[in-house]
Amino acid sequence: MSTQIQEPETETESEETSEHQQQRLADKRERADMRERAEADLSDADETVRIKVFRYDPEVEGKKDPRFDTFEVPFYKGMTVLDSLIYARDHFDSSLTFRHSCRQAICGSDALFVNGRQQLGCKTQMVDLEWPVRIEPLPHAEVVKDLVVDMEHFYDQMEAVEPYFQTNELPSGEEQRQTRENREKVKMSTRCIWCSACMSSCNIAAGDNEYLGPAAINKAYRFAMDEREGAEMKEHRLNIIEQEHGVWRCQTQFSCTEVCPKDIPLTEHIQELKREAVKSNLKFW
Amino acid sequence: MHEHDVIVVGAGGAGLRAAIAADEEGADVAMVTKLHPVRSHTGAAEGGINAALRDGDDWELHAYDTMKGSDYLGDAPAIETLAQDAPEEVIQLEHWGMPFSREDDGRVSQRPFGGLSFPRTTYAGAETGHHLLHTMYEQVVKRGIRVYDEFYVSRLAVTDHDDPENRVCHGCAAYDIKSGEIVGFRARNGVILATGGDGQVYDHTTNAVANTGDGPAMAYRAGVPVEDMEFVQFHPTTLPSTGVLISEGVRGEGGILYNSEGERFMFEHGYANNAGELASRDVVSRAELTEVNEGRGINDEYVYLDMRHLGEERIYDRLENIIHLAEDFEGVNPVVEPMPVKPGQHYHMGGIETSEHGETCITGLYAAGECACASVHGSNRLGGNALPELIVFGARAGHHAAGRDLGEAQVPTGPSAATEPEDGLDTPVEPGALDASDEDVAADGALVEPAEVVDYAVESERQRVEDMLERDGTNHAEIREDLQKAMTENVNVFREEESLKQALEVIKECRERYQNVAVSDPSRTFNTDLIHTIETRNLIDIAETIALGALARDEFRGAHWRRAHQERKDDEWLKHTMISWNDGKPKLYYKPVVLEGEEKEYEPKVRSY
Ligand SMILES: Cc1cc2nc3c(=O)[nH]c(=O)nc-3n(C[C@H](O)[C@H](O)[C@H](O)COP(=O)(O)OP(=O)(O)OC[C@H]3O[C@@H](n4cnc5c(N)ncnc54)[C@H](O)[C@@H]3O)c2cc1C
Ligand code: SF4
Ligand code: FES
Repeated sequence: MSTQIQEPETETESEETSEHQQQRLADKRERADMRERAEADLSDADETVRIKVFRYDPEVEGKKDPRFDTFEVPFYKGMTVLDSLIYARDHFDSSLTFRHSCRQAICGSDALFVNGRQQLGCKTQMVDLEWPVRIEPLPHAEVVKDLVVDMEHFYDQMEAVEPYFQTNELPSGEEQRQTRENREKVKMSTRCIWCSACMSSCNIAAGDNEYLGPAAINKAYRFAMDEREGAEMKEHRLNIIEQEHGVWRCQTQFSCTEVCPKDIPLTEHIQELKREAVKSNLKFW
Repeated sequence: MHEHDVIVVGAGGAGLRAAIAADEEGADVAMVTKLHPVRSHTGAAEGGINAALRDGDDWELHAYDTMKGSDYLGDAPAIETLAQDAPEEVIQLEHWGMPFSREDDGRVSQRPFGGLSFPRTTYAGAETGHHLLHTMYEQVVKRGIRVYDEFYVSRLAVTDHDDPENRVCHGCAAYDIKSGEIVGFRARNGVILATGGDGQVYDHTTNAVANTGDGPAMAYRAGVPVEDMEFVQFHPTTLPSTGVLISEGVRGEGGILYNSEGERFMFEHGYANNAGELASRDVVSRAELTEVNEGRGINDEYVYLDMRHLGEERIYDRLENIIHLAEDFEGVNPVVEPMPVKPGQHYHMGGIETSEHGETCITGLYAAGECACASVHGSNRLGGNALPELIVFGARAGHHAAGRDLGEAQVPTGPSAATEPEDGLDTPVEPGALDASDEDVAADGALVEPAEVVDYAVESERQRVEDMLERDGTNHAEIREDLQKAMTENVNVFREEESLKQALEVIKECRERYQNVAVSDPSRTFNTDLIHTIETRNLIDIAETIALGALARDEFRGAHWRRAHQERKDDEWLKHTMISWNDGKPKLYYKPVVLEGEEKEYEPKVRSY
């Protein structure tokens, strides 16, 4: 036996059988077929892809006026949008600036506006896009430089919902119990990587700067639905998201759900919180 | 200058836990991190976190498994501490709300992992690290702990006493990435380094792009020895284009490895006639590379990992996660085609030498997490043992830095713990700096006043940055690329005397070229070109210690394999390789392994499973 075998991540994966899940897999299969066809069209050798990248630097002459730079990067099978940016930076222009780290869709730092859609650069295959590929910073956020946007507002909204577990009844020396069903219920909501794609895609958030936004409301959902926090805390959490710039602003346009790279059913979560809020208000009548 | 009691550098699992611990002690603590905390690489960990929580298991078994897994190069007091503290820490995480996977009775689930005699790996789906990171960050928000995010720490502020053991760390200098300003951080009590891994030393790694070994490089240049740097863990199944990890779960479920001739090489070429694909990580990695080297690789680069025969239903049911990874990052649909895989750097067992309390030999300087080497993994880390390391040693470093007395450490640290110097190591080039004045310790007389020491560090950094911005010269990316290539070719899974020497020569060349490295982006705003340039210097120092350590150790232990020395030589090598930076040069010496635990002594045995 190996000294270091990491066990199959089977258990939780098999728990996942929601419709949402099935849909996601069907989409994947379809995309794989399309990709195969797209790749067949590309001869492997000498193929390059053109990227048009948004540039802006408040400090540097010639970059103060936003513009697009075009880079011609060699294409290879498996290439992602992030790979193309790294290539352009390392071979053509080392001042090209963007955030990235994990390149596996878990750090949430490279959400970009690619061909008019919010996506993670590292998770987006070049062959899935129309070429040339247009890469811009996330809309509705202040641009710091090139593709880097200011995230402060997003972080503030996340913090506004008291994004931490609060419970009073802790058994000593052992864990609190939680049913499998309850964990399943909150599971998708806990997958958020704070990339801000949803916030950037949301029309309401664009118009109302104080709107908590889909990610923060999802964070509230994550705790409000966790049975370990207890009923009293749930009331408190519902109060937070019921505030003027909370759930009731959402007009169910689904754009957040469409762009979330973690497939979190954001709109569904917001709707469910609305229903919960109504129920809990009725209690007091 | 910012001033706090405790400054934590890095906000991954280890940094967050350290900050919470210091806060628990009532200290005024701040975190300084180059990435926002939730962007830290701890988020990528999948498998789980080991802790003896159940009847039938206990910390002693966990300690025993870890000692054996380490190939007897772990220090018993540190390993016992890990095993003793882990259960409480994991329960603590649960109490902070971490969404662990659950059993029918509502308790947290545990599963078996390789090398463990009890199923003690606790997990949260296939995203244990993500949940661990977010749960602890939530606690940091709750406590209102100050976080300076997107601040790059580039130098420690340490007094200039001759003997490193007399030096004191008073803080650090950091570069505010957003504004370009260089700022001093003064720590009244202590600085805790929690900067994570250094996978970027190699061109193919499961690690994040930010994992550049900054902490160990800074500590090393300030006079703290680095320990057991030759022990680098490679994972056999990573995607060729990105290095993204394909979990061993695929082979666990029956996935098969093929070469370009369609042979199931683990059996057909006799690499592991019993375990086959399920042999340990190092064995499989070596087998894959041998196939490629002998011309049976695909595109001269990788082999195939095939799971199609498992059937669509089973794959979707048990390995769905893998479908997403292969699809999103390699453009391959593993249900209908085999996945290309090759070995990739995964984890660094070595790092900053610390005691089991997280202290280094410099007063006021601590380290925890992957950047540190309290020596719990020895020459080989067991899966699921890095995450408990983060929280156990992160917490201890935090408590200690904030003033709690943890008693006397059993693991000795610092140059005075040396047993013997290495002499006669035949290196092809003189390792170390080209110019001995290029040092990171304050060096102009008896600089000891805390504020002055910090100011000096800030001033030196300002100078360094200005120089790099002003001059013309080489771009760091070229140097980094050559360095990574040399490490992958020569200090990889296979190690031979000649190639190790070759690597040292390339490293020296990289140092020379780095002398006139230049940053072409003139902007002060979010200058990533500059950050990457500073990181590249760190990679050069780290690469050198890995190559030196590997050249010195002529035996086969854990992850370290030498072609001409295929046995574990306990008589000679039951000791830690220590490298410290003296007057601009690395100095190599040894420290004995502590095999004596609280109540028993661990006896080295043949490692078979
Ligand atoms: C793909 C993958 C899967 C893994 N799976 C498992 C598993 O299942 N179980 C397990 O036990 N282990 C696993 N590991 C290992 C484990 O995840 C890591 O060892 C661990 O997360 C490292 O945590 P850390 O806190 O030390 O560092 P990180 O989480 O990497 O954090 C480093 C922090 O330091 C900061 N930083 C770095 N340099 C600077 C600087 N110069 N200035 C300021 N800040 C800086 C960064 O911003 C970051 O916040 C895995 C590792 C990988 C790569
Ligand atoms: S909810 Fe989805 S889109 Fe929004 S921040 Fe989280 S991961 Fe990103
Ligand atoms: S680089 Fe981390 S999410 Fe894309």
